[in-house]
Amino acid sequence: MTETVLTKMVQGAGRLPGWRGIAADWASDQRAFKNVSWGKAMMWIFLLSDTFIFSCFLLSYMTARMSTTVPWPNPSEVFALNIAGRHIPLILIAIMTFILISSSGTMAMAVNFGYRQDRAKTAILMLVTAAFGATFVGMQAFEWTKLIMEGVRPWGNPWGAAQFGSSFFMITGFHGTHVTIGVIFLIAIARKVWRGDFDVGRRGFFTSRKGYYEIVEIMGLYWHFVDLVWVFIFAFFYLW
Amino acid sequence: MTNAAIHIDEQLHPHAHDAVATGAHAKGQQHPIKLYLVVWGWLFVLSTCSYLVDYFGLHGYLRWSLILLFMVLKAGLIVAVFMHMAWERLALAYAILLPPIAVLVFVAIMVLESEYTHWLRVLFFAPPS
Repeated sequence: MTETVLTKMVQGAGRLPGWRGIAADWASDQRAFKNVSWGKAMMWIFLLSDTFIFSCFLLSYMTARMSTTVPWPNPSEVFALNIAGRHIPLILIAIMTFILISSSGTMAMAVNFGYRQDRAKTAILMLVTAAFGATFVGMQAFEWTKLIMEGVRPWGNPWGAAQFGSSFFMITGFHGTHVTIGVIFLIAIARKVWRGDFDVGRRGFFTSRKGYYEIVEIMGLYWHFVDLVWVFIFAFFYLW
Repeated sequence: MTNAAIHIDEQLHPHAHDAVATGAHAKGQQHPIKLYLVVWGWLFVLSTCSYLVDYFGLHGYLRWSLILLFMVLKAGLIVAVFMHMAWERLALAYAILLPPIAVLVFVAIMVLESEYTHWLRVLFFAPPS
């Protein structure tokens, strides 16, 4: 019903001339994703492009690792830690994995409470998610510091193939940047939820448009994607 | 954006926001919290499994196939449930999930390429052992 009304309105409206017309024609009722808002569709398309970026990083890492004649450093040993006198392989990365998965869990529940218009729970769960994300970035900073102290550089390292350092810094650095941006994004949206912007229809500072609780789900898509990328980095860079 | 532009936008989309508010997304993606907790639990189990692959030092094809298996299961759970792809229309799901297949073609190309580079290095540049 609403769909047909929308179509008639657009066809009935006189088309605008010039540049306005170009913008209006491209922005009007040409929609392929029927029940998905433009915000969500655009986030998915952005995530698709980000998938290709991370794929290229992982592919260049694969190519470097497959084509080098020098042995690749053993990540199990490189990322091992001594905890309470015991030598545990890859433990820091395992903890980081669990932290990021937990942040995805709290984010999924925040989306759920957002659609129930439960402001307090949504905001708190988003802030918990942000805290998990910040913890993750902190542990990554620790990991970088440790490796740099041990002599890992983008152009070489004490254990083997020189490309190890450049692959490591590029892949984990880009992922860490994504997490950091996600934390900022989370705090910004959590503030809006807490203030009740989506209940009273307050207009956004930049867009002068009303926001909806759907932004929590769109934000969630970005956050889950960051977790998703980590699944692949964990498998291919740390475990392989 | 100028006020005029907003005005035009609202003329062209008088019901766009209503459609979102009253259509399939009235309550958005509503699923029981239990579902998320179960998936969360499974992600923990799968991550533990993939960590144990390293902890027990499995190697060779067993290691690689287990790593890939746990990775695909985790990625599938995140995309399908946490990102709600399981409940989206196929038009969106295919638009997003099919293009990454191109990456697999790229992987195949780069595997061939790096094997050939490796051979050249072994033949001409490797230090005599």
